[in-house]
Amino acid sequence: MAGLAKSFGSGAMTNSIAEIDDLDVIFVTGSNPIENHPVIGSRMKKAVKNGAKLILADPRKIELAEEADVFIQQRPGSDIALINGMMNVILEEGLQDDKFIKKRTENYEAVEDVVSQYPPERAEEITGVPAEDIRRAARIFAKAENGAIYYAMGVTQHTSGTANVTSLTSLALLTGNVGKEASGVNPLRGQSNVQGACDLGGLPNVFPGYQKVIDPEIRDKFAKAWNVDGFPDEPGLTVVEIFKAAEKGDIRALYIMGENPVISDPDQNHIIEALEKTEFTVVQDIFFNDTAEYADVVLPAACFAEKEGTFTNTERRVQKIEKAVEPPGDSWPDWKIIAEISKRVGYDMDYDNVEEIMAEIAELTPIYGGIYYDRLGDLGLQWPCPDRDHPGTKFLHEGEFARGKGKFYPVHYTPPVEEMDDDYQFIMMTGRMLYHYHSGTMTRNSAAIDEFESDAYIEISNEDAEKLGVENGDRVKVSSRRGVVETYARVGDRVAPGYLFMPFHYAESPANRLTHDALDPEAKIPEYKVTAVSLEKV
Amino acid sequence: MALIKINGKEHEVESDLSILEAVRGEGYEIPTLCYHPDLSISGGCRLCIVEDVDSGQLITSCSTGVTEGLEIKTASERVERARRSVVDLLLSDHPLDCMICEADGNCTLQDLAYRYGLNESTLGSKIDPRFEIEHDNPFIVHDPDKCILCGRCIRVDNEIQCSDAIDFINRGFTTRIAAALEKDLGDDDSTCVFCGQCVEMCPTGALTYKPSIGEGREYNLEHTETTCGYCGVGCKLDLKTRGNKVVEVGSIYREGTPNPVGEACVKGRFGYEFIDHPDRLKTPLIKDKETGEFNEASWDEALDYIGDKFNQIKEESGGDAFGALCSARCSNEDNYLMQKLMRAGLGSHTIDHCARL
Repeated sequence: MAGLAKSFGSGAMTNSIAEIDDLDVIFVTGSNPIENHPVIGSRMKKAVKNGAKLILADPRKIELAEEADVFIQQRPGSDIALINGMMNVILEEGLQDDKFIKKRTENYEAVEDVVSQYPPERAEEITGVPAEDIRRAARIFAKAENGAIYYAMGVTQHTSGTANVTSLTSLALLTGNVGKEASGVNPLRGQSNVQGACDLGGLPNVFPGYQKVIDPEIRDKFAKAWNVDGFPDEPGLTVVEIFKAAEKGDIRALYIMGENPVISDPDQNHIIEALEKTEFTVVQDIFFNDTAEYADVVLPAACFAEKEGTFTNTERRVQKIEKAVEPPGDSWPDWKIIAEISKRVGYDMDYDNVEEIMAEIAELTPIYGGIYYDRLGDLGLQWPCPDRDHPGTKFLHEGEFARGKGKFYPVHYTPPVEEMDDDYQFIMMTGRMLYHYHSGTMTRNSAAIDEFESDAYIEISNEDAEKLGVENGDRVKVSSRRGVVETYARVGDRVAPGYLFMPFHYAESPANRLTHDALDPEAKIPEYKVTAVSLEKV
Repeated sequence: MALIKINGKEHEVESDLSILEAVRGEGYEIPTLCYHPDLSISGGCRLCIVEDVDSGQLITSCSTGVTEGLEIKTASERVERARRSVVDLLLSDHPLDCMICEADGNCTLQDLAYRYGLNESTLGSKIDPRFEIEHDNPFIVHDPDKCILCGRCIRVDNEIQCSDAIDFINRGFTTRIAAALEKDLGDDDSTCVFCGQCVEMCPTGALTYKPSIGEGREYNLEHTETTCGYCGVGCKLDLKTRGNKVVEVGSIYREGTPNPVGEACVKGRFGYEFIDHPDRLKTPLIKDKETGEFNEASWDEALDYIGDKFNQIKEESGGDAFGALCSARCSNEDNYLMQKLMRAGLGSHTIDHCARL
């Protein structure tokens, strides 16, 4: 998000899902839509059937590789070198969109300078991808009439995550594949309302609508609207920083709603130490999750099927959720619990229903300015939607970027924090899989799904498995500098020799006991995709 | 536009429509089994036949386009007699077990039998099943004896879901739908990903949802349209409930939604059982500092306790001592209030969530 916002002025998906139908080139990297956004994955397959070309760059040979015109299996963490290599080819062969560059971008000179240092042969050395494949991918993408890039956590969960994204935005700017219908750069958001949680100020540096907390005028606006004297003038801490501060005793109270950091956050042992150290922790959830164990108070919340409200999807579409059943026992919708707590800390919140909350959001949040419940109807509304008469926005940056001109941020390749060595001979990536979701609170408690995919596993290449005498289904022990977990081996050709992949959904084999919490300096995202580990048969 | 005559009455219709689309668009009824507006045309079930007055032929209206001057009859005696014999033939190879069938009340074949007054086939009834029921996976049950071979499941699998997991096998009387190597849908060799779209498309009880068996039939269920709680695609779903329990998730077909042709994935379709799970939290819990045990508490006790602790910490250490995680699985309104509480109520910008994880 940080990288996208720097380049274009907005951190959201530039295009709508439906525009996939109109693409002639789809470039997917660091995203496994068939498993993680299945409906989008199918739509991409359909587009390919109808003639679109597909470039897939992923360290794993995921299912989409079968559909790809060019499949690039780069080393984890080498994305910048790959994209720079592609841009090198484009400039060498004069395939850039000069008219677009001149009219709609700035800082182009910097690209020439950086990219000239990455001829495909050098990119091959860093990425392990044959130079010829880099050339083919570059040509296909550059020649697209309607080309769009789709990425996800495979791009962002690196210490170079923000730089990875600005490489991709540079590629889009260089080829003029952004700022029009069915062309753009699209981060696929992994969770039902991750877009909305970001949009509405669930971030330490911004009020709702990405209005910066460091801006005194913005602080004044919210102070007046919310009837308080003022706010701190510096951003707060991000999730990983929160737990580091808690471990030091700087955070005394933690209020955790609908999250399970013991499973989902990096370096589990440190998270647990931090929670144990925290003086007062409130966990609000639908289940007594793994984090609740460390709470002082646990509050029962209603789930999405038991309350009213809105979610904002990956294409910026605000849609209603409706109450289908009553919440169990004495559990309440989250907003009602928060309002009651607020009252008790001397700050009254009076809302009769969610509609009133959305009306307040619309008043204070320009991108949601025209979003009211009575307008959401059958299709919802896509932000930016500045006023009541605005129909919503299908794709972004038409005519002009949100920040004015699109800015090139070319970057040099930097290696990941951890690399293979004598003690840790493998690089492990973590991620999601089709059947389960995040920390598993929902899917592990859904009988049919958990019956079908009931245990954790680690993907290992045929070659490595043979070397270690590991067969499909064997128990293996995986160790990193931070911990050890046991799980089952899934032997095959999805990962290349030297690399492993493990889903993080399973409390009994928590992949995040192994991961480390080195962060991207700007986006503060942990490097989940590159952890040095060793593996042995149990 | 084209001027056509339906049952003797003139209508002006779009000229790029099929006869079926044009006739239905003008408010006439034509029964179908293999036709679905979101799928390619198969023309196999022969129920959509109409009589072409000019040639005297019975033509399939789904696969024939309108032409200027076309004159058709949609329900002449000949047409209805032909349709009745199609249904009669289908019934002769279909079990007559509507009373225990999951699809009772939601079955096009049952509706057609009712329409033509057939309580069993005039050609004799199917006494013994010819196939085994396939139900090795936890999601979908396939009963080939109830299959009328309309192929809608195959087309949705191939054209919309693009999984190519199922197809027709064999010929003649032994024709049936099967996954790879005739194994179960959940087998390692199967490419099925349990999106459930084949079940949604099935006009009979041949494909049903296993977790929904015995939970109620269409006429027992209430419908709530909502947005899926899993990934960021934001699919519209139909939560089907009976009493206070979600028992099935159906598709919503609406142009302009993120899943316009009723798409879903295994999580959206089958990941609902957590809602009614006995382990759901039902009451606030407070940890006993001495024993480490959690004890049930009233909302007032829990909220007052939180209020007192928060006030004490705020007094002693200010807003910097607070941290909050809001949630990518909670609503916009929940998240907005959470950050408002942190910023306006407690004086801290330290609020984040799992967007980075």
